[in-house]
Amino acid sequence: MKAFDYIEIRIPAKPQYVSVARLTISGLAVRVGFSYDDIEDLKIASSEAVTNVVQHAYNEGEEGDVVIGCALYESRMEIMVADYGNSFNFEEIKEKVGPYHEEEAIDFLREGGLGLYLMETLMDEVKVNNEGGVTVFMTKYVTREQVEENVERITS
Amino acid sequence: MNIIFQVQESEQVIRGIIEGELDTFTAPQLKEELEAMTLTEGMHVEIDLSKLNYMDSTGLGVFVGFYKRAKREQANVKLVGLSSRLRRLFEITGLSDLMEIETDKKVEVSNEGI
Repeated sequence: MKAFDYIEIRIPAKPQYVSVARLTISGLAVRVGFSYDDIEDLKIASSEAVTNVVQHAYNEGEEGDVVIGCALYESRMEIMVADYGNSFNFEEIKEKVGPYHEEEAIDFLREGGLGLYLMETLMDEVKVNNEGGVTVFMTKYVTREQVEENVERITS
Repeated sequence: MNIIFQVQESEQVIRGIIEGELDTFTAPQLKEELEAMTLTEGMHVEIDLSKLNYMDSTGLGVFVGFYKRAKREQANVKLVGLSSRLRRLFEITGLSDLMEIETDKKVEVSNEGI
């Protein structure tokens, strides 16, 4: 059996569909068992990534999609947001992403938004890959379960 | 997912309320409404966010833009009725040091829209 369930959605890179992606993420986060606060964090972080694609990935008049891949694990959720129209191999791209570099981050946020900053603050891990389009890869852990695990380890 | 911006004008005070979700789709509408507002020196603008159940950086950007203009026109802006979650968003971005915001504990529960 696979270690995670994978759900992928593809939406047109248009502002009116960002909330659709957000609601999907929210629904999936409920399945993983995140707290209300964590779900709100996930909604904001994923909206930031999708919004970035909507605002920057395609030139005016050019139509494109944004692909959102979600891997649901026992106690964490991985979300990948990519700005090219083709579906991607989740595990292949995961291998390629690394910590972003300062100059890339500035380019990524070229309109001076707080988007990437919020993603980094609200998620446990954020990686950005700039090869052939921007891919954001982010992870959030279910906090409560982690704490419980640690407690057990200490007491046993 | 609508932003209802109601302005009650009396002398030097403008009150507005924003309802629904503030994201990249709805932000331009709010931006337009705020930009159309005439600000004069010493005016007080109070914006109630107690019915705002979602906001991200695009919303923060709109408020920052409005705050900057108000500052230039020497008007005062206050955001009121913030849930602790919304307040956190202003805090982690450092905007709470800049702008006047007021938290409302009562909105906590009613704000749990998905």
